[in-house]
Amino acid sequence: MENLYAGLEMLARWDVVLALFVGSIGGVIIGAIPGVGPAVAIAILLPATFSLDPIVGLTMLLGIYGSSMYGGAIPAILINTPGTAVNALTSYDGYPMTQKGEGHRALSLAYSASFWGGIFGIGCLILLSPVLALIAPMFGSREIFLAALLGIILVVLAHRGQIFAAGVLAMFGIFLQTVGLDAVTYTQRYTFGYSFLSSGINLIVVVLGLFALSQAFFLLTAPDNVPDAKSVQGKMTSGIKELMKHKRVATVASAFGVVLGMIPGTGEFTAQFMSYTYAQKTSKNPELFGKGSPEGLIASEAANNAVPAAAMIPLLALGIPGEALTAMMLSVFYVHNVIPGPQLFQNNIDLVYGLYFALILLNVIVMIFLLFSTNLLTKIIRVPTRFLGVMILILSFVGVYSLRNSLTDCMISAAFGVLGLILKRLNLPIVPIILGMVLGGIMEIKLRSAMPRLKTPFDMIDRPISFILFAIIVLVLAVHLRTLIKEYRAQQGPEDHDLHDSQTR
Amino acid sequence: MSRVKTLQSLFKRYRRPGDIVFAWLILIFSIFMLLQIGDQTAYKSGGKLFAQPRFWPAVSLGLMTVFAAFHLLGSALSERIEGRWREVLSWLAAFEYAGWFIAYAASVPYGGYLPTTVLFAVALSLRAGYRSVRMLSAAILSSIVIVVLFKAVLKVNLPSGLIYETLPDGLRQFMLTYF
Repeated sequence: MENLYAGLEMLARWDVVLALFVGSIGGVIIGAIPGVGPAVAIAILLPATFSLDPIVGLTMLLGIYGSSMYGGAIPAILINTPGTAVNALTSYDGYPMTQKGEGHRALSLAYSASFWGGIFGIGCLILLSPVLALIAPMFGSREIFLAALLGIILVVLAHRGQIFAAGVLAMFGIFLQTVGLDAVTYTQRYTFGYSFLSSGINLIVVVLGLFALSQAFFLLTAPDNVPDAKSVQGKMTSGIKELMKHKRVATVASAFGVVLGMIPGTGEFTAQFMSYTYAQKTSKNPELFGKGSPEGLIASEAANNAVPAAAMIPLLALGIPGEALTAMMLSVFYVHNVIPGPQLFQNNIDLVYGLYFALILLNVIVMIFLLFSTNLLTKIIRVPTRFLGVMILILSFVGVYSLRNSLTDCMISAAFGVLGLILKRLNLPIVPIILGMVLGGIMEIKLRSAMPRLKTPFDMIDRPISFILFAIIVLVLAVHLRTLIKEYRAQQGPEDHDLHDSQTR
Repeated sequence: MSRVKTLQSLFKRYRRPGDIVFAWLILIFSIFMLLQIGDQTAYKSGGKLFAQPRFWPAVSLGLMTVFAAFHLLGSALSERIEGRWREVLSWLAAFEYAGWFIAYAASVPYGGYLPTTVLFAVALSLRAGYRSVRMLSAAILSSIVIVVLFKAVLKVNLPSGLIYETLPDGLRQFMLTYF
């Protein structure tokens, strides 16, 4: 209880409240503009937050993360262009509703479902935290190593149909983090005699290149386009009533979001697809799905908004990020010497509670903001895409250059920007590189510190948690092989080349 | 023939034009890096295998090469999609903007953050095809807002330009601190 108050107290500061407002409202706007997603925004703002207090910086980034998907629903529904990649499924049912003249109904339903999902996710996070505080200390070096390994395996396997590409990129990420001076033996690794490579390749430089610069290049090299959303009429609160008729779908979808959000490497996409399929299978009107079904809309929006809170679970409890955005947030923790992981719950529990409250508040702020300003947002999103590219380029410079005023960093970042553009155009995933870098670093450190206690390889899995993790790894691989064999025998028809059309936002 | 068919179906993937070019490039890159492993990493005799500085580069590059080889195999066995070289040209087009970015970054320490940013925003907007007064003034205004927000308000660590040194005393200090 005392800690709860301490957490609340942390938020009762003008700079934290300001960060929360800026983050959540800025997040909605960024989410609503097709062409910039939360990843671009967080990557750009990351270095700027290093000079702020951890709670201020984190609430701002968390605000962007948690609220962007609310905003992303607006263009998904009104102009069939998802504002953020995770709103892709929202457009399946949202846009047909707009075509039928039900744009207002679709939007208010999307907001209500998002709010439901968001609050459900936070509820689970709060309920789970006593359990987390209990389990987290049982995670030693080998458990964290295995959990990170599981994360890498899952992020590769989650890209179905692109597993080899995801594998190449994840391994590339692991390789990137090994470049530089080895911290234990002080030997050079892949520096080719260049002094600028001795300190390694900075994660933030890579992130800014892969997410922000690549997006700028993408927008600048593509034909100019102005998203044109029409304004909507009516009261936005009506969706809450309609949502109450579909409580079951909303709750199950949120639960999918929570479970898959917790598992590293899976995230919003899988959660959405699973809850959408569930909603369709259990619906009384399955034929309406894809043609304007309110249940489909609810399933996708509730699922993706439950993820941010759940994604904080492995990050806070184990220090293992499950996707790109939490990987970026991890660096904010590191800069302030707050190391997420088992000790966080013992030493900085007030920070943890502070973040929980911030999450609740941001959902409320965003909901209220959207109830009154949806039509304003439809005007704001009419930014021409090439102009957006120019702005992203200028903003990326602040991000890269403010790190350590290095032109070399800018060049490295530009190179990663070109790589990111190629990946985006080929529709290959970027996230495995980032997770490879972060989880690769964790694996190397944890395996080294576990070494002295290991006599035989079996010592690696002779503790309950490590054994469970090992069993999950084996199970995941086995299940994957089984589906491969099954699919191979079933001999499916032509595949959808655009199934993963998710990298361009 | 039937065996070739089944092999094809096993490796058939979602892909876009130009995929095979990328597959070749990444395979060549990983093989090249793997060949450098003896020169570029050290092996401490007597140390445990897992704690060797060479261990993680070897694992990551080894697996990367394997995955890249399969990726290429998959690409080669999938149906050819037209437009490969047009796609590669569009990758090369991105280098132009990478050049713009680096030129911008290189000139800020000389030209000062505010003047360089405004100039860059206008020049790049012109390059992007905007000619209207409305868009160009939007570019100027946005770049000023960005400078004020990051340099004056958030006090982000950015260099002050050499050009400011030529300004009269009072103004110089002001510009050096805030813009």
